[in-house]
Amino acid sequence: MSVLVFADASKNGTLKKSSLESIVFAKQIASKTNSNVVVLLYKANDEGKQNAQQAGANKIINITNDLNYITDYSAVAKLIKKYAESENTNDIVLPFDIHGKAIGAYLSGLLNCGIVAGVTSLLEINGNTYKFKKNVFSGKAYATLSINSDKKIITLLPNSIPVQFDATNTAQINDVTESADIPLRVIVKSVEKTTTGDNIPLPEAELVVSGGRGLKGPENWHIIEDLAKALGAATACSRPVADSHWRPHHEHVGQTGLAIRPNLYIAIGISGAIQHLAGVSGSKTIVVINTDKDAPFFKSADYGIVGDAFEVVPKLTEAIKKFKASQH
Amino acid sequence: MKILVAISQVPDTTAKISFSEDGTKFNPTNVQFIINPYDEWYALVRALELKEAGLAEKVSVIHVGLQDTEPTIRKALALGTDDSYRIDLDPTDAFVVAQQIAQFLKQNPYDLILFGKETISYNGGVAAGILAGLIDYPFISNASKLEIKDNKAIANQDIEGGYEVVECALPVVISANKGMAEQRIPNMKGIMAARTKPLNVIPPYSYQTATQYEKFELAPGRSACKFIDPNNVEELVQLLHTEAKVI
Repeated sequence: MSVLVFADASKNGTLKKSSLESIVFAKQIASKTNSNVVVLLYKANDEGKQNAQQAGANKIINITNDLNYITDYSAVAKLIKKYAESENTNDIVLPFDIHGKAIGAYLSGLLNCGIVAGVTSLLEINGNTYKFKKNVFSGKAYATLSINSDKKIITLLPNSIPVQFDATNTAQINDVTESADIPLRVIVKSVEKTTTGDNIPLPEAELVVSGGRGLKGPENWHIIEDLAKALGAATACSRPVADSHWRPHHEHVGQTGLAIRPNLYIAIGISGAIQHLAGVSGSKTIVVINTDKDAPFFKSADYGIVGDAFEVVPKLTEAIKKFKASQH
Repeated sequence: MKILVAISQVPDTTAKISFSEDGTKFNPTNVQFIINPYDEWYALVRALELKEAGLAEKVSVIHVGLQDTEPTIRKALALGTDDSYRIDLDPTDAFVVAQQIAQFLKQNPYDLILFGKETISYNGGVAAGILAGLIDYPFISNASKLEIKDNKAIANQDIEGGYEVVECALPVVISANKGMAEQRIPNMKGIMAARTKPLNVIPPYSYQTATQYEKFELAPGRSACKFIDPNNVEELVQLLHTEAKVI
């Protein structure tokens, strides 16, 4: 038996962090079910294959040729189904990122089996019943979720488990040419970027600096960006900021935006409405900077500074830079 | 073109969440229920806009739930939906919901099936994709814009750091993200009309279950916030390094 992971390689052929986490997670499942971890890659480079191996793969199947249907979620699900059959797999693991969410769901329908979506840890495996932990009600609560269908689709919330490399792990690596003729139905006419440069994708970011209405306008966002740059953090914003088009919608975190769980979330000029907290309460450490000492966000923060963002944030940026320099 | 919008019922965004004493069930006491915002604000409103633009002759909503969810369905009717279907079953997960809608569609074909991208309760975001997989329809996920032209759906499918402009022949299943439309408030005329619009109740189709929520716990609160002097941000940096160990 085997646990199959479909790991999306990024544009340059290396593996995304969320993909590596999925391989580590598959290894946790496989070690309890005496199974192998088979990782299906698409156009990964040597570094990508090596990372998959060190994350715990026993077998790597790397598709090397261009597939015109790779952007069509339903077609990718059919491709994965083909390998799940040939590799004798009942458990399929994917990251709960924007692609994995869609592909995993489609696979569940295609294989007519259950799916646990966005789990954060494996609790136990008892025969055919697997139990996982998962956040529900937008992070206000968590749940124990069990699945007992013969086949199982499991998607892992990014930033839920650490990636540990084992340099001694070896895997059988097969570079293959894929010939399955899967119909392309959803055709990509163009791809538009809404972020510039090499910004860190928000769902995967370990450090996040976020701004709210307290910043007073988009022209002041450089203080957020400077702090994020000093930290190596991604930037985010509250709903009113996205609704006022100060920042793009994909930066909106909260109940109706992205739910994230970074190690560090720094909220600047955000009051902390319950809907915003829902999207960030899974963060390990929360820092709140706000002029209003009664801002509800302080009740959910680990560290707080009552002060004017325009004074405090540039100082904090300098202090971070000094700290970083002292670390080298 | 006929549009079917699948709606789910969730606790209001400001609702205080609690569970039964043994932690096995959500406690609905004193909770106001609403249509899941992604289903209502984006999927349903866009469907109604397409009808108003003369591109659809009918917009229906479907909901899998017991009789106590009917006020939620009436709200969808008040917004301008033509008719509605309630499959009389308390679903245990999205897989069950998708199986019910899949069988409904076999008898009642629609050209465009819209969902919100996820519910704000269980946050799985999988019902639309499972349905598409069950009936082998093409699937556009996380669409922040949707147009219909020449029997094709043209959508912005959100991806990390941007979006793809995609095109797909109908029929198609699409999940709606923020941006596809703007929230509407039902007017009095709509609310009055909703009272007499069709709400068809369908007995549940056969189905299989695969997952079960066994136990819920509220997320633990944080210990009291440690306040730092705004003139001593160096202390915060030290705490983040030595105490929180996040930098």
